Amino acid sequence: MEQLTQDFLRTKKLPHIWCPGCGNGIVTAALVRAIERAGYNQQDVVIVSGIGCSSRAAGYLNFNTLHTTHGRALAFATGLKMARPELKLFVIMGDGDCSAIGGNHFIHAARRNIDLNAVIINNHIYGMTGGQHSPLTPTGMKATTAPGGTLERPFDLLELARGAGATFGARGNAAQPRQLEQLISRAANHKGFSVVEALSQCPIAYGRRNKLGGAVEMLREMKDKAVSVEKASTMDVDELKDKTLSGVIYSVDAPEFSEEYYRSIGKA
Amino acid sequence: MAETKPVLMQGNEACAEGAISAGVRFYAGYPITPSTEVAELMAAKLPELGGVFIQMEDEIASMAAVIGASIGGMRTLTASSGPGFSLKQENIGYAIMAEIPCVIVNVQRMGPSTGVPTAPAQGDVMQTRWGTHGDHPIIVFSPASVYETFYLTIAAVNLSQKLRQPVIMLLDEVIGHMREKVLIPEAGKLLVEKSSDNVPADWKPYDEKGLTPLVPFGFGHYYHVTGLFHDQYGFPTGDPPQVERALDRIHGKLEKYRDEIVLTNYIGHKEPRVVIIAYGCTVRSARAVVKKAYWQNRLPVGLLSLQTLWPFPDKEVAAIAKQADVIIVPEMNMGQIVGEVERYACGNAEIVPLNRYDGEMISPDQISELLGRWL
Amino acid sequence: MSNRQEVLLTGAGGQGLILASIILAEAAVNDNKNVVQTQSYGPEARGGASMAGVIIDVDTIEYPKVTKPSVLLCMNQASFNKYIPKVEESCIIIVDSTFVSGSYREDYKITALPITQAAREQLGREVVANMLALGAINAATGLVDREIFRESIFKLAPKGSGELNQQAFDLGYRLFNEGMGQNLGISSQTPQ
Ligand code: SF4
Repeated sequence: MEQLTQDFLRTKKLPHIWCPGCGNGIVTAALVRAIERAGYNQQDVVIVSGIGCSSRAAGYLNFNTLHTTHGRALAFATGLKMARPELKLFVIMGDGDCSAIGGNHFIHAARRNIDLNAVIINNHIYGMTGGQHSPLTPTGMKATTAPGGTLERPFDLLELARGAGATFGARGNAAQPRQLEQLISRAANHKGFSVVEALSQCPIAYGRRNKLGGAVEMLREMKDKAVSVEKASTMDVDELKDKTLSGVIYSVDAPEFSEEYYRSIGKA
Repeated sequence: MAETKPVLMQGNEACAEGAISAGVRFYAGYPITPSTEVAELMAAKLPELGGVFIQMEDEIASMAAVIGASIGGMRTLTASSGPGFSLKQENIGYAIMAEIPCVIVNVQRMGPSTGVPTAPAQGDVMQTRWGTHGDHPIIVFSPASVYETFYLTIAAVNLSQKLRQPVIMLLDEVIGHMREKVLIPEAGKLLVEKSSDNVPADWKPYDEKGLTPLVPFGFGHYYHVTGLFHDQYGFPTGDPPQVERALDRIHGKLEKYRDEIVLTNYIGHKEPRVVIIAYGCTVRSARAVVKKAYWQNRLPVGLLSLQTLWPFPDKEVAAIAKQADVIIVPEMNMGQIVGEVERYACGNAEIVPLNRYDGEMISPDQISELLGRWL
Repeated sequence: MSNRQEVLLTGAGGQGLILASIILAEAAVNDNKNVVQTQSYGPEARGGASMAGVIIDVDTIEYPKVTKPSVLLCMNQASFNKYIPKVEESCIIIVDSTFVSGSYREDYKITALPITQAAREQLGREVVANMLALGAINAATGLVDREIFRESIFKLAPKGSGELNQQAFDLGYRLFNEGMGQNLGISSQTPQ
C-alpha cells in the first residue's frame, strides 16, 4: 500500500506549497488511497483541477494531470471524458472555484450525469487570494471581503447538485480521512456524476480571522459536528441543529451521458 | 488536385466541411448568430462519423471542452460570434499557454456588445490579436470567399496541430452567410497532416529543443498541463530565466514557421501607384475595382489581399509600400489593420483609410470613388 | 459585369422565398454558372418580411450584394411597395396578384400573375407558390436551362414532393406565357 502511494505521488514535486496545518494534503491523500483501492491502471486516471490552493493538488499526483482555469475544471473534464470515455476522471475543486465562478458548469455536469468524480475541498473561504468569502461561507463568518461577517446565505452544495440531477452525493471531512477515502472510492465506483464534499480546514485564511483556533481545534470541531447519515436518522431536529451530515447522502441510478452518447451514435 | 462537381455551399457550412475534411471530430459550442450554422452542421455530421458534438452550457465551457477533448487526442473546433467570442478569451489564452491545438471560428457581427447581431462588420481584428491577456502569439485567418473558407479551415487545423497553437478563423457575416459555388476536392484527396504516433522515448511535452507532438492523455506519459508558466514537463515555475525562455519559445514557433503561416495574394499592376490592402469580404469589392481599373483600363493599381491577419504580413506590406505611392485600406470598422499597415509601410507610401461602420459592406463604388483621386 | 444578373425575391416569411433562392442558385450552379446567394437574417426573417438575392454570372462574382436587380419578385403588398421604387425601368418585375394590387408607373415592366391562387386552385397546395414563381421568372428570363432547373427542383424539394414542385414550376411557365399574351399588368383583384 505505502509503495503504491509513492508511485502515485510526484515525490520530486514535494514539498507542497500548502501552509502548515492545511487540510488540502489530508484530502489529497484520501483521494490517492481511494484511487489505489479502486485498482485503476495509472494511465487510465486523469486528475483535473481548477484554480485555488486545493487545485494545486493535481501537480503532486503522478497521473496525467490537468490544472485548468478558475471554475472551469468540470467543463474541461466534460470535453476530455467525451473524447475518451474510457478514462477515469477525478475533478478537484475548491468551494469558491466550484460553486461561484464554476457554478454553471457544476449544475450542468450534474444535469448531464456525466461520469466525472467531483471532489470539492470545502474550507469555506478563498485561501489563495487571502481569505474572501465564498458561496459556501456560513452566514456571519468573517472574511477580508466581509469584515463584519457575511450576510449572504451559503449553498448546500450536495442539495444543489441533487436538484441539478447529480446521482451521487456524499460528505466527508479532513478529520475523518478513512471515511473520506471510502466515500471517494464509492463515488468512483458510481456510474454518473458524483459529488464528494470534503470539509477541510484553512487555519490561515479562515480559522485565524474567525478565532477558530489552529488546525487541531478546527479538526476537532469538524469531527464533533459530523453525524453519520445512519445516526442522524435516529435524532430529532433539535439534536441535529449545528450538526453536519456525513456519509453517502444520496445515490441513485440514471443513464450516464457519455455512454448514452456513444450508444446513440452506434459506437458503444 | 482532382476536383469534383461544383456545389453550392454557405460560408459557415464550408467552415464545418473544411474542418471535417481536416479530421476534426469534436465540436463544442453554444448558439449565437451569425455562427450558429457551423454548430448545426457539426451536430448533423459528427455523430455519423463517430465524432462528438456537444452543446455546452455557455461559451466559456465550450472553449474549455474543446481544450479537454484536444488533450484527449481529438481534433477540435468551436465557433462563435461577438459577445460569445469575448467570453472565450480566457480559455483561448490557456490553450496558447498550454500549447493545446484547437481551431476557434469567430463569425464577426457588429459590436460593441450585442450590437447589431446580423449586420456584417470587421470590428474584431484587434480582439483576435489581443483578446486574451498577456503577451501571446496567435494565428488568424480571414477568408474572402466560401472557397477560401474551406481551404483556410483545413490549413488552420493542420497548423494548429503542427505548432500546437490555437488558430482563429475570422469570418465576417457576409462570408459566413453567403452561398456560393465552390469546387471541393474528393474526400481523401486533401492534404491533412496525421498526428504523429511514434513518440521518442525521451519525449517531453514542452521540449525546449523545438516542436514536439502532443501525446494525448491516457498513454502512459504522465505530464502536467497548466496555464501557469511551466518547465519542459509542464510543472509550474516562476523562475525568471525559465519564464522568459518559455515565452520566447511559444512566440518562436510562429516566427520559425512564419512563411507557412502568412498567406497573402497580390493582383494587379507590376508597378502600382495605388494599392488596396484588404481582407475578408472587403477583398471582393476591392477586387471588382482592381479588375476594372487594371484588367480593363490598365491603370497602375493593385490589390494585396490578406488571408492571414496575424502574424501580420509585415514583409509583404513593407515591400508594397516601397512600390506604391498610395495604399488604401478599406475596413468595415473604424480603422484597425490600417495601423499595422502604417507601421510596416515606414512612411514609404501615403496610407489612406476607408472605413465603414454602419453595418453594411463597403461597395466597389466607394472604393473606386476614392481611387479616382489619384488616377 | 455585363453578364451579371441580379434576382431579388421578396415577400413575407413563410412564403418559401429563401428555399426558392437556394434552389435557383443550385440550378444555376448545375447549369455551370457562377452564383452567389444571400438572404435577410435577423428578426425580420423570423416571420415578417423575407428577402433573398441570387446573383448569376459567367464571370467570377465579386461584390455579393444585389444592387441593381435585373429581376424582382414581389410576393406581397409590403414588398411591392418597398422595392418597386428601388429598381430601374429595365428590371423584369413579377408580382403575385393574389396579394398585390395598386397603381404603378407605366414605364415599368411588370407582370402580375395570380401565383398563390393558381398554386392553391390548380395544384391544391399553396406552399408550392414559390416554385411557381421560379417557373415564371425563368420563363421571363431564361436564366437557367429549363431541364436543369427542373432536375434541381426535384433534388432539393422536400422528400416526396419533387414532382409536385416540378408541376408548380411548369405551371409558372404556363402562367407567364399566358399572362404575357394578355398583357395583364397589375390585377385589380382585392387581396385575399
Ligand atoms: S491558505 Fe488556507 S487553504 Fe490555502 S494552503 Fe493555506 S491553509 Fe491551505
